[in-house]
Amino acid sequence: MTETNWAYTDAVKEHFMNPKNILTDEESYQEDGKGVTGNVKCGDEMIVAIKVDKEKGIITDCKWKTFGCASAIASTSVLSEMVKGMKLDDAYNLSAKDINRELGGLPEHKVHCSVLGDKALRIAINDYYMRNGMEDKVQREEERIVCKCMNITDQEIEHAVLDGARTFYDLQEMSKVGTGCGECKEEVTQLLEAYKAKHFCEV
Amino acid sequence: MPGKEIYMDNNATTPLHPEVKKAMIDAMGIFGNPSSLHAPGRRARQLTEEVREKVASFIGASPDEVMFAGSGSEANNTVLSVLTCQTKGCESNPNGIAEIITTTIEHPCVLETSRCLHEQGVNVLYLDVDQYGKIDIEQLKHLVTERTGLVSVMMANNEIGTIQDIRTIAEVVRERGALFHTDAVQAVGKIPVNVEELNVDYLTLSGHKLYGPKGIAALYVRKGVPFCPLIRGGHQERGRRAGTENTLGIVGLGKAIEVRSQEMEAEEKRLLALKAALKRGIEENIPDVQFIGHPTDCLPGTLNVSFDGAEGEAIILYLDLEGIAVSTGSACASGSLDPSHVILATGLPAECAHGSIRISLGRENTMEEVEYMIDTLPRVIGKIRDMSTAYKRRQQ
Repeated sequence: MTETNWAYTDAVKEHFMNPKNILTDEESYQEDGKGVTGNVKCGDEMIVAIKVDKEKGIITDCKWKTFGCASAIASTSVLSEMVKGMKLDDAYNLSAKDINRELGGLPEHKVHCSVLGDKALRIAINDYYMRNGMEDKVQREEERIVCKCMNITDQEIEHAVLDGARTFYDLQEMSKVGTGCGECKEEVTQLLEAYKAKHFCEV
Repeated sequence: MPGKEIYMDNNATTPLHPEVKKAMIDAMGIFGNPSSLHAPGRRARQLTEEVREKVASFIGASPDEVMFAGSGSEANNTVLSVLTCQTKGCESNPNGIAEIITTTIEHPCVLETSRCLHEQGVNVLYLDVDQYGKIDIEQLKHLVTERTGLVSVMMANNEIGTIQDIRTIAEVVRERGALFHTDAVQAVGKIPVNVEELNVDYLTLSGHKLYGPKGIAALYVRKGVPFCPLIRGGHQERGRRAGTENTLGIVGLGKAIEVRSQEMEAEEKRLLALKAALKRGIEENIPDVQFIGHPTDCLPGTLNVSFDGAEGEAIILYLDLEGIAVSTGSACASGSLDPSHVILATGLPAECAHGSIRISLGRENTMEEVEYMIDTLPRVIGKIRDMSTAYKRRQQ
């Protein structure tokens, strides 16, 4: 069989075929932190569990499970390899773009599937801090209302970008942001560019 | 069966029948414009008209009721758009059609066009379907009124294979004085279709779904019903579709129809047997599966199945790595983020659509291939379920 035009890179394919660090022993796995995100109704769900060297603040093991597509499987597999031996702070700041770079790039319309792993990882890291009385370390991804007329938050704009919005007009179509007084247009445009850069550029 | 590609996505498109391929190669030298009066033109014209007769006879129409088009989508767009033309005095819309009725499970070329018409001021009503994908005749009777200009209901659904009772639907629609169109792209060539028996006004069929080439389709337009062209500016197709005829495509369509008329009946039985074996194999070897679509009123080769806790795009890509080609209703594969509108319309939950695959068997599939599929699928589903957050939980 000739395998032509596989839509994913060799690295994606390898991690998809042989996913690493699957959480097969969820009940007996004694994790130090656990994060769950997404839901099955929306088509993808992710669990990430980590073990931490408490002395050094380093992730020693990372396992995961997903109801997700090839991109979610491959990106979380590669993420679980990347974070082993990594400082908690560094792991927390990993973005979908870092994972994407490691995978050699995903098709653009699949990037939104790959953000689930790092999101669940951040929740797992926060969970670790909570379990160990380090509430001060917990970083919250606070939502902030950007468009006051339509009550649209920065996170909703980020999701719209992940779902394919590339212009202010796209965002208006998808979220109704800026369709009231229009005062937020400048800030929304800045956020749009920032999220585009965060998730899509330089990959 | 490694090393071999197993194609089980025949509702997406079909491979050319070897005889179709041969007929098209033989016709490669025919270059004349069928509109030209000279000998090369006449040779081309003769070929296209022979095919028109073949297509007409295959569906029980007369040749002047058959118009060639570039695709099923074009033919469907033609019917919907021209009949609702809002141009004052347009002869295609003498009664000023301002309302059409269709279903929630149509192909996007009908749904998108309907949405566009709605924006232009046409009232669009949608018929619901039951859990098997069948429309409710009572709802149809209730919705079709003197305001209704056109009703369009697909004969067989591309995703779940459910076949509508077109004859009854057409009767209800025509009784109330509206025009009736059926998108029979998935039906023609798989099951018997006769426009007189079905009593339809317009019917769409497509070449590449019946082992013919892509880029050629036909639209049946009953004699005397309203029509005006979507593509203007030429006398081709008796003024109904401008553009020099796709002679090669037409030759391919003609041969495909000819071969279908010989092979279809035996093929239908063979596909039903293959599908029954496949269904049994899945049921016996994989727990927690759900078959989607009508148990009996279904295309002979179409099997839509949903696997609890397994995501559809992952399933098709693992199968692809094993050399098997199928498709999915999962959002992740479509790029649109929305799961199959057809499966959602049957009332099944979104996770069911996300975990569904469509296996569509065709004339080249063998029992050996079905056995390979039955052998491969449990491994693939098992692998995905092992890493699934959604599977074990539902087992508890």
